[in-house]
Amino acid sequence: MEDKDKKIESLHLKLIPYFEKYGILLLLVLMILVMHILQPDVFLSWRNVTNVFKQISWQSMLALGVFMVIVTAGIDLSVGSIMMLSLMILAVVAKAGAPWFIVVLTPLIAGFLCGLFNGLGITLLRMPHPFIMTLGTLYIFRGAGNLISGGTPISGFTDEVRYLGHGRIDLQWLGLEKSQYLPVSLVLIAIVYIIFWIFLNKSKTGKWIYAIGGNPNAARASGINVNKILIIVYSLCGFLSGIGALILAGRTDSGYPNAGLQSELDAIAACIIGGASFFGGRGTVLGVFAGVMIMGILRNGLNLMDVSSFWQQVLIGSIIVLAVYIDVLRRDIGTRK
Amino acid sequence: MSSASNPLLEAKGITKYFGTITALENVNLKVHAGECLGVVGDNGAGKSTLMKVLSGLYKPSAGSLFFQGKEEILESPRDSQNLGLEMVYQDLALAGNLPIGENIFLGREPTKNLGFLKLLDFNKIKELTNAHLDKLKINVKSADQKVEELSGGQRQAVAIARSTAFNAKVVIMDEPTAALAIKEVGKVLDLINSLKKTGVGVIVISHRMDDIFTVCDRVMALFQGTNFAEASLSNTSRDEVIGWIMGKK
Repeated sequence: MEDKDKKIESLHLKLIPYFEKYGILLLLVLMILVMHILQPDVFLSWRNVTNVFKQISWQSMLALGVFMVIVTAGIDLSVGSIMMLSLMILAVVAKAGAPWFIVVLTPLIAGFLCGLFNGLGITLLRMPHPFIMTLGTLYIFRGAGNLISGGTPISGFTDEVRYLGHGRIDLQWLGLEKSQYLPVSLVLIAIVYIIFWIFLNKSKTGKWIYAIGGNPNAARASGINVNKILIIVYSLCGFLSGIGALILAGRTDSGYPNAGLQSELDAIAACIIGGASFFGGRGTVLGVFAGVMIMGILRNGLNLMDVSSFWQQVLIGSIIVLAVYIDVLRRDIGTRK
Repeated sequence: MSSASNPLLEAKGITKYFGTITALENVNLKVHAGECLGVVGDNGAGKSTLMKVLSGLYKPSAGSLFFQGKEEILESPRDSQNLGLEMVYQDLALAGNLPIGENIFLGREPTKNLGFLKLLDFNKIKELTNAHLDKLKINVKSADQKVEELSGGQRQAVAIARSTAFNAKVVIMDEPTAALAIKEVGKVLDLINSLKKTGVGVIVISHRMDDIFTVCDRVMALFQGTNFAEASLSNTSRDEVIGWIMGKK
């Protein structure tokens, strides 16, 4: 009898880490199944699947950036504004007639600098919490974006500038139809996520980011320059928002004042649904991807079924609460207190 | 003791101000190889501040540190680690979300090159961790276990293992038994004794007379930020040391 108990216990111990790592994927697969049953003709069609990926493309960049910040037990409320400012700078530079390779670089540099500004503010000005610094820059960056553009949309970019957000990779050489193309933004998501997965899991800096979230005093006592790592994290978060701006420029062919409004909340929601802990040190890149996908599929599926966007809001909110409650239950089983 | 004239670590005239508050004034301390020095004092006597100065976390306002006879200036904990001076903090300074092995090597992870990329060498971390835990006779299920899943005594053992993984010459421990169950205290004290045998100089800060009188060779008392008294263990008694803590000689 005791042996049996032990076996069950060791099975538990072996399974829990997998649940922790891949549990969220189960939820994602379940959602895909349900949507497929509800919309068998449309949901898994080539057109709709690529559509989902195009829709989540820029959100996935913001979510990845915010995720890194959340791992350090911080928060970045300014990603939507960083994206909008970067987009407006891109639009102004493009309208001024700069060559495309410069136009493409501007949002990346602008995003990076905005993130650097956040990082320096949090560390050098010793803000009591990143919430405050990034709440401030949420207003500052959006205001700056409106100042340089005059608060009006600026439209019309060249194909090169729009490539990442709007480009198509033709798959006719594989014997597929012309409509069955691969969006460039999908490839971009894959590449960026793989790079950041390697960075966070396999590099020293990535490990230190998790350590800071786990216990900043431990990191400091280990000789890790915590402020430097935080500045890197916020800068990268800004940089990813800059990539988001470039994708959005491609998708909409326009820089507009409401770009990325409230998208910081979507990004945070995706991280939380994906299993990142607000207390830092916990969460995976795969989880964030699943979180972004779950939100994207939910919106897409509800649109296909003609459900009002008000219900979408209610459902997304409920999923956040549910996902975190599952996480709470899991931690009760998983760790000592 | 033959090495009595050559202390491994010596602090001379350490003074530390925080604004207008004097936390330490002209404090001296030394520890020899294979010796355990106990540091006692009431709350606020300056014990923890002194240890943070020794570990490079605080810069002293005045005074100097000598390591193996040579004066050293510590800018950060990294500097003291490079000298072989390790600290075990009272709050243990472990990241609960990381496995045992990654905690032990935190900040000093072994890497391997993959093309131009420098990636963490997880196999090596595991290998070195297992070997080191075996050497110290520390029992845990696996080096991959997360620290938050360990008991208090196991965490303390991991913190001590971490401090000795890089050929430490001096290990400073802040209240190593304060948070432990009684049966775990003995294990940690055994660990300190085996460290001494390998020639490591140990400094133990403790409130517990049992700890001091089990592992220490010498004891010194701080009172209101100054050296108050010092004696070898054989020349003093518990009652006397308790008197020193309260400022009575």
